Amino acid sequence: MGQTIIEKIIQLHSKDEAVSGRIVWMDLDIRSARDFGGPNVVKHYEREYRDSPLADKSKTFFTFDLCAPACTLKYADNQQACRDFARRHGIEVFDVDRGIGSHVLIEEGLARPGSTIVGTDSHMNVLGAVGCFGQGMGDVDIAFAFKTGTTWFEVPESVKVVLIGKPSAATDAKDLTLFLGKELGTKKIALRSAEFYGETVKDLGLAGRITFCSMITEMAGIIGFIPEYGAELAGEMKRFSGRAFSPASADKDALYADSLKLDVTGLPPQVAVPPSPNSVKSLAEVRGTRIDSGFIGSCTNGRTEDFARAAEILRIRKVKKSVMLKVVPATRRVYEELLKRGILETLFESGAIVVNPGCGGCAEGHVGLTGKGETQISTGNRNFPGKQGKGRTYLASPAVVAASCVAGEIAGPEDL
Amino acid sequence: MEKDIRQGRIWVLLDKNGKIIEDIDTDQIYHNAHLHITDIAEMGQFALGNLEGWTDFPKKCQGGDIIIAGRNFGAGSSRQQAVDCFIALKVNALLAPSFSAIYFRNAVNSGFPVLGVRDLESLIAGKKFVSGDVIRFDVKTGQAENLSRGIPLKIEPMSSVQYEIFKAGDLFKYGKTLT
Ligand code: SF4
Repeated sequence: MGQTIIEKIIQLHSKDEAVSGRIVWMDLDIRSARDFGGPNVVKHYEREYRDSPLADKSKTFFTFDLCAPACTLKYADNQQACRDFARRHGIEVFDVDRGIGSHVLIEEGLARPGSTIVGTDSHMNVLGAVGCFGQGMGDVDIAFAFKTGTTWFEVPESVKVVLIGKPSAATDAKDLTLFLGKELGTKKIALRSAEFYGETVKDLGLAGRITFCSMITEMAGIIGFIPEYGAELAGEMKRFSGRAFSPASADKDALYADSLKLDVTGLPPQVAVPPSPNSVKSLAEVRGTRIDSGFIGSCTNGRTEDFARAAEILRIRKVKKSVMLKVVPATRRVYEELLKRGILETLFESGAIVVNPGCGGCAEGHVGLTGKGETQISTGNRNFPGKQGKGRTYLASPAVVAASCVAGEIAGPEDL
Repeated sequence: MEKDIRQGRIWVLLDKNGKIIEDIDTDQIYHNAHLHITDIAEMGQFALGNLEGWTDFPKKCQGGDIIIAGRNFGAGSSRQQAVDCFIALKVNALLAPSFSAIYFRNAVNSGFPVLGVRDLESLIAGKKFVSGDVIRFDVKTGQAENLSRGIPLKIEPMSSVQYEIFKAGDLFKYGKTLT
């Protein structure tokens, strides 16, 4: 019988038969821990395995991105505990200067098509963007993976989703993603792997794919893949890894649990309204909602292309005086590109607060919170109550966030 | 096996309209403001600390109680604390129609019983699960009973890996039985 993409990838890493519904033991190409979760991984490891060596230190990493650099004493202690452990075991640390762990793994060429990666980051499945099976896990799982290099996993069923039609010219990958969340909710791909087909998604480059795949978590899915790709993506991936890009594709007779068609013809820009990333409306329905602050960044929209799009809008405009716009590049590499291309300057001059790379602005605590009564518009992936403070958060594309920050109310570039 | 049988008073997580709460995310279970805490004993006081109507849960909960929640429980982040906070309160088990993948793994790996219940809404509507009732179930067979009302019930039993880890105590102990 034919195999889906997830079955193929797991099969390459398991002696057990990788058929959906089965629990198999799976070898892991990379296991990583962040500054949150990491200290607990260390604690578990030392309690359970003392000084005994890791399964493979060259496949084990720490990535610090959540609170970078540490803004509380506790985080500083926790990061240092990880660094000390890393030194003792000879593990590489992508430290607080590097940015969001999952993105760093792509840039370092470590996240490759067909590989298996786990980490203490619930958005590790963003790696589906490059055909890699990434999966977020808790600290017990990761400590076990550090030691054994394996994990148990129930091979998920797969859903085939075909996007038909051409969205309106004003939309980008984020609008598609939010629309997807609206249509799929947390039920249709829950605990499943999703494969997305259709011209619109095929044409997405790395940044767009990252945006698209990053929010599978919010739809309760295991991972999402976009099997068809263009030359742009292949080129980008080769630059990172030095290898030809050759992701797995599903067999023609692969078995799917469900098959869905979504018509995106003429889709206008989308906005997720609080309190859920899947309660999505069209921009037209929320246009004019007053905002106090904006945020561009996160593992969903923290790539160079995202900031370039915002800069196009902010080049000849200013962020409204009453609005605070926070800009956080995903990684140091992105930061460098923004610097060299003059994008940082544009954003700075428009009035934005530009800070160092990482999860700031998405994770609560770093780069500020929202206060009671504050309304924020964000390119992040979550707007659950309390996620970034007490305020209300709308989710949108970089273009809509930038335009809204100029207007002082939710708006698209065409409204300016 | 005795450990297989769980018994306790239930808390059905209903909203103010009496509807079972679905998609409870990890920030509602254990808010990220407390993520720096690494000592399990300190985590109990924050359990459900951001879930409307249930913020006083740590005060109401007694050791041995069982929580019943709506589908997709534990959505959101990978934080183990969202499981550990219940372990800290000595919660006996957690039942829901489904859990987020990461949450489910975290619970399984900690040896904390999380089990599926089908048709939860109709069970609640049929007054088969009412907060305060005492229920008993067998994690291996899924045989269950509402003792307060004398109603037999069925829940989904553990899978074999889940049961093996549960029996060993946690993933680490289970791992050591393999080598
Ligand atoms: S940006 Fe936010 S969602 Fe993404 S990895 Fe960082 S904390 Fe998680």
